[in-house]
Amino acid sequence: MKYIDEYRNPDLVRLLLEQIDNAVSRPWTIMEICGGQTHAIVRHGLDQLLPSSIRLVHGPGCPVCVTPLEMIDRAHTIAAMPGVIFTTFGDMLRVPGSHQDFFSVRSRGADVRFVFSPLEALQIARDNPRHEVVFLAVGFETTAPGNAMAIKQAATEGLGNFSALSSQVLVPPAMRAILSSPDNLVQGFLAAGHVCTITGLCDYFPVAETYGVPIVPAGFEPVDLLNAVLKVVEMLEAGETGVVNAYERVVSRDGNAGALRVMDDVFEIADRTWRGIGVIARSGLRIREKYAAFDAERKFDVGHIEPKESSLCMSGDVLRGILQPEACPAFGKQCTPLSPLGAPMVSGEGACAAYYRYQRAWGA
Amino acid sequence: MCLAIPGKLIAISQEHGLKMGSVDISGSVTRACLEYVPDIQVGQYTIVHAGFALKIIDEAEAAESMQVWNELLRAEAEERSARERR
Repeated sequence: MKYIDEYRNPDLVRLLLEQIDNAVSRPWTIMEICGGQTHAIVRHGLDQLLPSSIRLVHGPGCPVCVTPLEMIDRAHTIAAMPGVIFTTFGDMLRVPGSHQDFFSVRSRGADVRFVFSPLEALQIARDNPRHEVVFLAVGFETTAPGNAMAIKQAATEGLGNFSALSSQVLVPPAMRAILSSPDNLVQGFLAAGHVCTITGLCDYFPVAETYGVPIVPAGFEPVDLLNAVLKVVEMLEAGETGVVNAYERVVSRDGNAGALRVMDDVFEIADRTWRGIGVIARSGLRIREKYAAFDAERKFDVGHIEPKESSLCMSGDVLRGILQPEACPAFGKQCTPLSPLGAPMVSGEGACAAYYRYQRAWGA
Repeated sequence: MCLAIPGKLIAISQEHGLKMGSVDISGSVTRACLEYVPDIQVGQYTIVHAGFALKIIDEAEAAESMQVWNELLRAEAEERSARERR
């Protein structure tokens, strides 16, 4: 597979590991904030191959995992309403809310469908004019342009039966929140490569400068990830800060201008609650007033929602990188992908799911 | 949601006023909206996420980086051979 296989070359992986080993002279803590990278690191065992002085911690890079419980409950409530066809990406289906998940909602007669793209949800709306079609728009900046396009297209076509429930979050404010925390141990970042494909690098320069850290946009294959780790380590060893691009074949300094324009047309920046972390100012996207008719949060009255978190779930600590998944007492016992206590165990980008899937020390 | 898969654009069409494409991802063809890569040509590579092509892959840059790494590997192999011959 072109642009995948060559970035899994074991000889290159070995070469980069040697270069990292030669470069490092003291312990460093590096964080990635991207669930896709978390899974790639754990899947390929990169954290175990690196010198023991480099500690890779996983940040809140799973947008499903950081969606507030209130929003999950809201989505379940809307999905259960008569006349609604609720559409969502597949890994949301088993995410537990306070009392149920989408599977249990569906088992009681609701029409819940998983889609691969918001444009599929739009087609469902075209095909079902007498139903309200709701799309759960969860994601970081990588997903926002597609979700924005779907909303904009619905407005263009006058698809009044389509709406989106937005749980969009932004990465740079999360970085700032982590770096501002009094117990922060993170010294450098791998930045989410495909987020940067959309946004470019401009938002990261002030973060690097204010907090004095290296930030390196990274890809998702072993060679890409290790190359980025090498760049972070070299900068840390040299006492350098700033942004260095390690994913140049798809990340440019200015990002995707067309995508940013449509995002800006449809969304505005808003404060957002991150599950397990709390409110982070200006860290999310809200559908603008001019597209209010396509905003499911405004459209559907769900009444009062009282979220109820699991007392056993420690996803907040996992998302902030201060607890490794296998250190959670419930990991692999009360909490498994088939019976998750929280989103990180069931989301395709959750750290707990990655550790469980790739059998990291559970039950030991 | 961050994972995007690289694939080769094999056809361009229009649907509901949107530029759409067929992208060959390792033999499996998927549909993707091309509105965010308006200059893409058939035969170019792109990354696809949630039904959208997000960027034309810079093949020249990729080739250049890979060449640098391959040269390092070649140099390392030569040095190893030289050591074994001594």
